[in-house]
Amino acid sequence: MKVVVDTGNHIAALAAKLAKPDVVAAYPITPQTTIVEKIAEYVAKGEFSGDYICVESEHSAMSACIGASAAGARTFTATSAHGLLLMHEMLHWAALARLPIVMVNVNRAIGPGWTIWSDQNDSMAQRDTGWIQIYCSSNQEIFDSIIQAFKLAEHKDVQLPVMVCYDGFILSHTSMPVKVPEQKEIDDFLPKREPAWVLDPENPVTHGNIIMPKDYPSIRKAMQDAQENAKKLIPEIAKEWKERFGTYHGDLIEKYRCEDADYIILSYAALGAESKVAIDMLRKEGKKVGLARLRTFRPFPSEDILSLAENADLIVIDRSISIGFEGPLFTEVKSCLYEKSDARVYGFIAGLGGKDVRYTDIGKIVDRVIERKQDGVLWYDMEGGK
Amino acid sequence: MKKYDVVTTLSYPKTGAMGKTGTWRIFRPILNKDKCVKCLRCWIFCPEGAIIRKEDDSVEIDYDYCKGCGICARECKVKAITMEREE
Repeated sequence: MKVVVDTGNHIAALAAKLAKPDVVAAYPITPQTTIVEKIAEYVAKGEFSGDYICVESEHSAMSACIGASAAGARTFTATSAHGLLLMHEMLHWAALARLPIVMVNVNRAIGPGWTIWSDQNDSMAQRDTGWIQIYCSSNQEIFDSIIQAFKLAEHKDVQLPVMVCYDGFILSHTSMPVKVPEQKEIDDFLPKREPAWVLDPENPVTHGNIIMPKDYPSIRKAMQDAQENAKKLIPEIAKEWKERFGTYHGDLIEKYRCEDADYIILSYAALGAESKVAIDMLRKEGKKVGLARLRTFRPFPSEDILSLAENADLIVIDRSISIGFEGPLFTEVKSCLYEKSDARVYGFIAGLGGKDVRYTDIGKIVDRVIERKQDGVLWYDMEGGK
Repeated sequence: MKKYDVVTTLSYPKTGAMGKTGTWRIFRPILNKDKCVKCLRCWIFCPEGAIIRKEDDSVEIDYDYCKGCGICARECKVKAITMEREE
């Protein structure tokens, strides 16, 4: 075990290298670029044993990953924003084919207007593709989550692709110290992939052939069951990692000072980390507020949220907006409480397009709720921090 | 190698995986063996592998899987195959 100080993207590249993928196929896009540059550097230095495929678009990157994964390869890619949106068709394809591809998505807002800063609209728009989604709030969590993602994706009861997300620039280009185990220790934690099926000329098989209406629902139901299985496995894998390497970031959610809280903030990714600082500030002011930072959006941690709502009202902060309705997490939180809880749920939209959200802003959001100034969904960004 | 199953669309090649597709046929190729010169153009061009090549390069038509596209009749240089409407 050694400590490496580096950016979120370089840490992601290091994690990908240590997971020993057989194939990486990727196309550079800001703010993901330094991941693929770093992997290219590993290839040039002979430190990476897999095949690195340079492709002409993200649609091709995901297509190449699908082909490689179908041939039995452990497969990694990374993208951001418009790249992720271009992949959309193939994201569905990868999940329906039950291929355990691991992808980093460095969250970036969608243009126009042209933007390179963070929000989660890119990955939230992939909610229904069948991919497992993990949101990170530190470089250590990026490292740990990528290697754990391979173990989760390749588990026989899951066999689904996993997207590891973190905020562009806020994490991708910020250096932090990260504990990095030895290659041998990673190899012991993450054995070689054992695929359920492979494309193999010696034993021909057709994948993706016609499926009649009577059979189609069963492949969808199997994906749903696999997501439910992932709900149980994510905590198990996190526990095993903690026992082996000592770092831990929560199960499906990370709870912080929730025990006696009257209000609990629900958020994800970098806003989740910022909220933690806000909680300490609010607690010093005598306000009983806790934090539940969602690590997974799919599978959705509905049972955890239901139990949090037993003794507290919930304040949901989305760095994303489903235009025409409200913040996606706000919608989902209310949905899982329906007819099961009397907790009040307050929704805020904050930090779109990388607009800075400081812990003091999160404090102001909580104060609005405590002072009962909140009604409906509030676009905090438009308030200018007032 | 395979130790567990996953529910997705996989099919392994076998004759008639999609059922007897010959039932789709509207026109039926009829082979006149007296005219056939064993050039095997029909065998090469048949997109369904429904022309059966024998040891002596004579051919037969597999009516279980022939969809009646008529390519064999079009390609036959000696007009040994004619297409007749199915009854």
